[in-house]
Amino acid sequence: MTSRIQKTQPRRVNVWLHIALLPMLISALVAYLTSTLWTIGLSFTASRMFPNSRFVGWAQYERLFDNERWSLALNNLMIYAIGAIVLCTLLGFLLAVFIDQKIRGESLFRTVFLYPYAMSMVVTGLVWQWILNPEQGIQAFMHSVGFTEFNFNWIVSQEMVMGCIILAAVWQGSGFIMALILAALRGVDAEIWKAASIDGIPVWRTYISVVLPMIKGTVITALTLQIIGSIKVYDMVIAMTRGGPGLASEVPAKFILDNIGLRSNLGQASAAATVLLVTVVALVVPYYFYLKHQKAKTGGQH
Amino acid sequence: MNVHAQFTQASQGKPTHSRNKKKIRFSPARLGLYAFLLFASAFFLLPLYVMLVTSFKTMDEIRASSIFAIPMAATLKPWIEAWSSACTGLECGGLRVGFWNSVQIVVPSVIVSVLIGALNGYALSLWKPRYGNLVFGILMMGIFVPAQVMMVPLVRMLSTLGLFGSLPALVLVHTIFGMPIMTLLFRNYFQSVPDELFKAARIDGGGFWRIFFSVMLPMSTPMLIVATIMQVTGIWNDYLMGLIFGSADTAPMTVQLNNIVNSAFGERAYNVNMAATILTSAVPLFVYLISGRWFVRGIASGAVKG
Repeated sequence: MTSRIQKTQPRRVNVWLHIALLPMLISALVAYLTSTLWTIGLSFTASRMFPNSRFVGWAQYERLFDNERWSLALNNLMIYAIGAIVLCTLLGFLLAVFIDQKIRGESLFRTVFLYPYAMSMVVTGLVWQWILNPEQGIQAFMHSVGFTEFNFNWIVSQEMVMGCIILAAVWQGSGFIMALILAALRGVDAEIWKAASIDGIPVWRTYISVVLPMIKGTVITALTLQIIGSIKVYDMVIAMTRGGPGLASEVPAKFILDNIGLRSNLGQASAAATVLLVTVVALVVPYYFYLKHQKAKTGGQH
Repeated sequence: MNVHAQFTQASQGKPTHSRNKKKIRFSPARLGLYAFLLFASAFFLLPLYVMLVTSFKTMDEIRASSIFAIPMAATLKPWIEAWSSACTGLECGGLRVGFWNSVQIVVPSVIVSVLIGALNGYALSLWKPRYGNLVFGILMMGIFVPAQVMMVPLVRMLSTLGLFGSLPALVLVHTIFGMPIMTLLFRNYFQSVPDELFKAARIDGGGFWRIFFSVMLPMSTPMLIVATIMQVTGIWNDYLMGLIFGSADTAPMTVQLNNIVNSAFGERAYNVNMAATILTSAVPLFVYLISGRWFVRGIASGAVKG
């Protein structure tokens, strides 16, 4: 019966289906696929301000990895990613577990921890730039109340400036991790807690040995989202330090945009973008297979 | 992963599991718990507090007092200046220019991207076109890949079309970059629609659009709310697209804010800067505060990939 219905009116309907999907088809094939291939193509040319097609092989990549600024950007990205992800995840997890202890004012605490996530990276960067300003921010305050030895000038220090960016990122993003983990904790079977308390296992022990493995999927999702997000870090750096002092907080996303704009070196920018693309693919593919594996295990439900 | 159900529990604020049936009494451990939560709250609220107090001070007071001090002679001047006369380089029209640009960018971008996401999700999960999975797969790469990878070709394409720097270009770019996540949300949502319902609608003679507008779209109201909240805050807070695809006349509020703060000449007017940052975050903060659990639900559903 169904097959007959489908046969009687397929044409008219299918035309609309394909028309409705045109924006998606064009976006996927032109904006995503063609653009990405185009960028990869440009990375093998000597393009400067405008794209050209002079093929130069791997020369852009050789130059890229000889470029100290790029190594510095990659190095900073590693520091930022590890620092921000570890701290956000730890703080987010702790906040979620503490909020899950039947506390008073739960929704107020949740609102307070999550509101920075609604703020833009630009705003985050600018506020922390002001608070961390050594002449007028926290350091000046500590001096004024008598701790004249107190030293907190990270934002103007070449060695410590990435710490400031990590701090601002933790402020902005921990609430997001808390919300994710709290949702997962609330999904944990109540029987687990009864069983653990009958067996006399301390609560903290239950969290680490029983609950954490149970919410592993959420933790892995949270980590993947954070890794991908940290590779894109740009706005906050621009707002907070503009890549300074000197080049001390240069990051890959900024390196690419500077080469597109200020330095008019499309070939170099495209090579750098391709390196980021390859990095992201190398991270996403294992995650994709992990999800597939999980789906297969749970019988295809989601 | 059943995050929706988990979230529903989380959002009710009342834990459904009865961990210990005894009444919870105060103990040193619980005191420590509250101490930690209060300390964390102080950390999260500190920047908001600093922004607020700074924005009501005069520059003289900022120089004389500490960053945490409460304004002694509160003034609204910095707010007025930030809104209507703060300078970005040579132009001194205040943030309101960026505010109206952002409104003009956000409203059409949100409507278009949410509707296209709903349409894609509906078509993909119920009509199942043969090329669906392949195209969806390509689109999903867009969630992960940094925008810089696609930027140069997109700028060239938009220039060729004569759109570069215009408002329609920004709307188009936001629609394109929002499409992966919007499509994913609605695809997952419509996948949970029972097949029988869809078949019944078809047997009743409903066509592609009729089923979409009279059955599926009204049914997906919760997802429409979640998606709208995500897009309003996301696009309002965007900086990169506004910077690259906008022009001096179409720069959104975030771009203008950064220009006001970071490219000003002479002494920095911290009070004006802080008033400006509050004004720029007002819209997403307001959305966050009134939407509450919907905002969290967006986080939960957006985080479930695949």
